[in-house]
Amino acid sequence: MMYGFTWDTATPLTYAWSILPIILIGLTVTLKAAAAGFAIALVLGLVFAMLRRSRWRSVSWTTACVVEFLRDTPLLVQLFFLYYVLPEYGLTLPAFLTGALALGLQYSAYTSEVYRGGIEAVPRGQWEAATALNMTRMQTYRDIVVPQIVPRILPAMGNYMVAMIKETPVLSVITVLDMMALANMIGERTFEYLVPLTMVGLIFLILTLICSAGLHRLQKVLPKAGIPLR
Amino acid sequence: MTEKAPAPLIQFAGVTKRFGALTVLDDFNFEVAPGEKVTLIGPSGSGKSTVLRILMTLEPFQEGRLTLAGMDYQEPGGTGPFKASERHLREIRSHVGMVFQSFNLFPHMSVMRNVAEAPVRVLGLSRDEAQARAVDLLAMVGLADKKDHFPSQLSGGQQQRVAIARALAMRPRVLLFDEPTSALDPQLVGEVLAVIGDLAHEHDLTMLLVTHEMRFAREVSDRVCFFDKGRICEQGSPEAIFTAPSHPRTCEFLASVLR
Repeated sequence: MMYGFTWDTATPLTYAWSILPIILIGLTVTLKAAAAGFAIALVLGLVFAMLRRSRWRSVSWTTACVVEFLRDTPLLVQLFFLYYVLPEYGLTLPAFLTGALALGLQYSAYTSEVYRGGIEAVPRGQWEAATALNMTRMQTYRDIVVPQIVPRILPAMGNYMVAMIKETPVLSVITVLDMMALANMIGERTFEYLVPLTMVGLIFLILTLICSAGLHRLQKVLPKAGIPLR
Repeated sequence: MTEKAPAPLIQFAGVTKRFGALTVLDDFNFEVAPGEKVTLIGPSGSGKSTVLRILMTLEPFQEGRLTLAGMDYQEPGGTGPFKASERHLREIRSHVGMVFQSFNLFPHMSVMRNVAEAPVRVLGLSRDEAQARAVDLLAMVGLADKKDHFPSQLSGGQQQRVAIARALAMRPRVLLFDEPTSALDPQLVGEVLAVIGDLAHEHDLTMLLVTHEMRFAREVSDRVCFFDKGRICEQGSPEAIFTAPSHPRTCEFLASVLR
């Protein structure tokens, strides 16, 4: 029994049906972690990309180092580091937040590269026009650059989103009770791993298929010139 | 002030601009009076566009002094390539507007938004005020009916007219035109020149125009400056330059373009 649901291992079908509610509870955790992580990656990645283009060498250089570090160390190491090492310095975060943060941090390094490519593809004339209109750099990013790069970066961002969703099970190592962790626990108690793990695999498949279809649709409806502002 | 002539609005004093080893402006001296309409002509690479780009703070310069309405472009102790703070550069930019060869309209914004966006964001106008201003300006350039279109739906000439309205919406004292008709199909040049010609009657607006349209330059300018190798090699009234050029390089250039 888990979360008040008892399982019925009589046949694979009844077993699957009986543990579905438990798996779905795990699914909500998985979805929340992926959503929070990706939101962090989207925002922080843009911040990194902007800082890297800063006029001050020290800022762009430091940012480049941080991004490189995040990109070149394993997620699992970052995860353990945030979860076990930070509390020793007085910063204790709940497991879920730690997990979302680690995912977000690592993926922000990837998304910052996507943003960078997108920003560099914006013609110089656009920046010059914004300067001639006396816009600040922040205004230029917000009103001119970001709306224009969205269609260009969408496919790459979509790939990272799908990749991140698939990586959420790693959070189970720091006690986050996501879909994978719960399936594993059910297996431990019933000695029947096949059904719960298959269910988790299928649900991930459905999840990523939905995401891909959504992105495809978005790409089709979004004008090439960018998010239209009337 | 005892002199009769008004103080110059723009003053280049010994300005030198280099791109690496290439010297684009060489000890350059140039003054523009308030309200004056000046056309810069000359062979490509002679530094005409660079003068505009420096005035718009798109390019820094290395030596000399440049002032606009008594304001120095470079600050004492200023850092960075411009030797000035961003705040100071923005103060300068608030007096200057620019129309580019390739229009540089924002492709994701409607015509209305292209014109009204900066007045809202930068000048702090309300959306309604900015749109009213945009409607007036679009009517002036003959595009009132296109306000809900996007740039890609307009011809080059129409795009450039929107770009002129966009620059005017910021109410600059100085308006710079960097080869505004060079990217246009020949049959679209006239409509843009007509708009610029109308602006030339605005008493308070100071205009600097880089162009290869010699006939037009002759019609609208108070003064024509012929550039060669990073310096003004001859300048004067359009009549003087076009009918009786004195410098051999000017004669040569005019002969080649007026052929």
